[in-house]
Amino acid sequence: MKLLSSKATCNSHGQDSSYFLGWQEYEKNPYHEVDNPTGIIQMGLAENQLSFHVLESWLAENPDAAGFKRNGESIFRELALFQDYHGLPAFKNALVDFMAEIRDNRVSFDPNKLVLTAGATSANETLMFCLAEPGCAFLLPAPYYPGFDRDLKWRTGVEIVPIHCSSSNNFQITESNLNKAYDEAQRRNLKVKGILVTNPSNPLGTTLSRDELDLLITFITTKGIHLISDEIYSGTVFASPRFISVMEALMENKHKKNNVWKQVHIVYSLSKDLGLPGFRVGAIYSNNEDVVAAATKMSSFGLVSSQTQHLLSVMLADKKFTKVYILENKKRLKKRHEMLVAGLKDAGINCLKSNAGLFCWVDMRHMLTSKTFEAEVDLWKKVLFQVGLNVSAGSSCHCTEPGWFRFCFANMSQETLDLSIHRMKAFVDSYKINTRRPKRNSARRTLSQWVFRLSLQDRKHEER
Amino acid sequence: MGRQCSDYQLLSKLATSVRHGENSPYFYGWKKYDSNPFHPTKNPDGVIQMGLAENQLCFDLIEEWIKENPKASICTADGVHDFKDIAIFQDYHGLWNFRNAVAKFMGKVRGERVTFDPERIVMSGGATGANEMIMFCLADPGDAFLVPTPYYPAFDRDLRWRTGVHLVPVTCESSNNFKITKSALESAYEKAREANTKIKGLIITNPSNPLGTVLDTDTLKTIVTFTNEKNIHLVCDEIYSATVFGCHNHLISISEVIEEMECNRDLIHIVYSLSKDLGLPGFRVGILYSYNDTVVTCSRRMSSFGLVSSQTQHLLALMLSDDAFIEKLLSESSKRLKKRYEDFTNGLKEVGIGCLESDAGLFCWMDLHSLLKEPTFEEETVIWRLIIDEVKLNISPGSSFHCSEPGWFRVCFANMDDTTLDVALQRIQEFVARQKEGEEAKNV
Repeated sequence: MKLLSSKATCNSHGQDSSYFLGWQEYEKNPYHEVDNPTGIIQMGLAENQLSFHVLESWLAENPDAAGFKRNGESIFRELALFQDYHGLPAFKNALVDFMAEIRDNRVSFDPNKLVLTAGATSANETLMFCLAEPGCAFLLPAPYYPGFDRDLKWRTGVEIVPIHCSSSNNFQITESNLNKAYDEAQRRNLKVKGILVTNPSNPLGTTLSRDELDLLITFITTKGIHLISDEIYSGTVFASPRFISVMEALMENKHKKNNVWKQVHIVYSLSKDLGLPGFRVGAIYSNNEDVVAAATKMSSFGLVSSQTQHLLSVMLADKKFTKVYILENKKRLKKRHEMLVAGLKDAGINCLKSNAGLFCWVDMRHMLTSKTFEAEVDLWKKVLFQVGLNVSAGSSCHCTEPGWFRFCFANMSQETLDLSIHRMKAFVDSYKINTRRPKRNSARRTLSQWVFRLSLQDRKHEER
Repeated sequence: MGRQCSDYQLLSKLATSVRHGENSPYFYGWKKYDSNPFHPTKNPDGVIQMGLAENQLCFDLIEEWIKENPKASICTADGVHDFKDIAIFQDYHGLWNFRNAVAKFMGKVRGERVTFDPERIVMSGGATGANEMIMFCLADPGDAFLVPTPYYPAFDRDLRWRTGVHLVPVTCESSNNFKITKSALESAYEKAREANTKIKGLIITNPSNPLGTVLDTDTLKTIVTFTNEKNIHLVCDEIYSATVFGCHNHLISISEVIEEMECNRDLIHIVYSLSKDLGLPGFRVGILYSYNDTVVTCSRRMSSFGLVSSQTQHLLALMLSDDAFIEKLLSESSKRLKKRYEDFTNGLKEVGIGCLESDAGLFCWMDLHSLLKEPTFEEETVIWRLIIDEVKLNISPGSSFHCSEPGWFRVCFANMDDTTLDVALQRIQEFVARQKEGEEAKNV
């Protein structure tokens, strides 16, 4: 008899993909400015480390939140015992206000419709359990976050059918590619239960247009299916066009007439906007009370620590803080984004025009030896092992066109980003030389010699 | 076809089923408590909550430690330099210090008779998350696990709901103090086999909830021999491991027993949590410890769905590593639990009510079958409702734990202060006296 479950022995967790392999290589040889200057720079991790100083100042001014106190009184016992899956009311109230603020208060949220979960990872899985049977499918615009393969499919038995988006129209969702995906699911005998979009998009860094949102809402209305909008990056929109949440789009009169409210759900988290992935704070927001009820019960399997709920309830209730944070965060993200885009452009590499996220979607199609995914993997490996940058290959995000890569820019210091850009420039220069010259023993001369001759002093002093 | 019908179809079967168990009639007591909670001064006639197995006896010690150790918090001036590193830490291996501290703590609780390898520590969203997770790792939908009765009611949800796993009861009886016997195990296994149910393992809780008893070495060896022979898994939920207060008994963990006998260690897994031993259910610290490498790898990946907040990991890593504090806490906790147990059970004895002799847990297993008009579950429910409605105590009837014999009730005693316990005891004593008077009056 098979000793373990099928889930334990299959590879639906997706951790054998290049996305995770790059991480492993990074962990073996991580860059450090002093201790390991020739190590691999992690550009595959969409983390936001840019605004911690704002958080730390707030903490210095608010000792009560730290010491399990409320108005000077100890509430330790209350917090230690608090395991109600409805969540700490003060936290939920503060969180919905924060979510509204990020949306410029164009929408408001009801804390009773919010379910707290252990990160967006858990929120997404929980929604699958609530909305779909094993063997059903969700349509996802591709390219998409590689972790979805695990989060949506592994333990739930749900399938993902990609909505293939193309660079020809900047990877926008169209009626045609939506229909194609739906038909493909039908062909595979998969019952489509809904669509899941990430808005702003990971890995593209773009926000959905009003037209795309309308298209999606009309589509789900016609088909009688769900729409999940993972808005985990909603607070990272640093340039126009402005962010339009699916909840805002729903408020349009034409959608109000249909009772499609109950089919639309938002996923959120504080891992990206506030840069607190370690705290495991996720949420599901739904106008469908049955979904809220079921998801609330399921959240027992991954509640948010009451210690963390308390800290964040005080922090997010401080409107002065949230205002400053949101602004400062966007400012810094914008600067980093510009730095990376300009730096890559200097090297003849373009990025998809984007206005959000913690990364750029980089076009290296012209550097492929052939228009194939094998060539993309080759290039990815060169970038990993020779250039020393762990970036994410487009194929790990299920992109249909080889040659696109996601480069993260918010999880490192400015100096490190600077170094990454210079390493890429050196690589491209050498690549140009190598592709012009016939291949001889130049293959033996590794790029690392080019790259690692560079030191902080050699590089131009960039504007801070 | 009304809208309600199509609304329902929008959701999965999981979402619309009742396998989460929350529609159970046993929540009657909880609802009564929620609508009329006891308070010594504001609501002295309210319902006293005795259905919640919480450990509130040592908060004073923990609070003192927190005050004296400001660097354990990443938010204080002493600790804020760690804030960023901790806030971005989402590695599902968990903080090294945390895993190390948990492994050491687990060893201490077992009297240093065994050591635990931090590399095998996997986090989860409480023991609730750990129990579900181990099912996902070991069993496919339709498979089954054996579970001795009486057992913790929420197993019906945690082990079955989203996993599709079935539970097959192993009946234990009061005639031998609810011990798990070889014949009960074999009988349950055979019955399942005849019904073509694939048994993947056995799950036990040691110390037991609701019994409060600690398994003896012979029983544990019998269990290991049984699971080994059948080549099925053994999951030991040791969530109450540090609540052992009996002086002549200490917890014998499965981790000790497997050192003393030949067995396939790939079949052995421990579930743990800090919710009961430390009284911190709000912090959601669940642990899965498996001797099976594949299970460790797989469950670690699954733990992404319920990691422990890094802020909490950081705090507890420091707390659990403070050897002097932990020693004091464990010793004091044990003393206080023992006193509660003795005060309560002695008080019950005064009115002729016995409890199963136990050495651990946050509750006692009270025997009220002398108050039942007939030894039926209907009568058990009658008495239970009476106790909630008239005596105003929310206690848990044995049938909610799948007990095979009516008349048993689990009564929690560690989730209140001394005064409240006195009030509860008095109410029970008066109730029993009234019942007995009533009986005598009838017999006259």
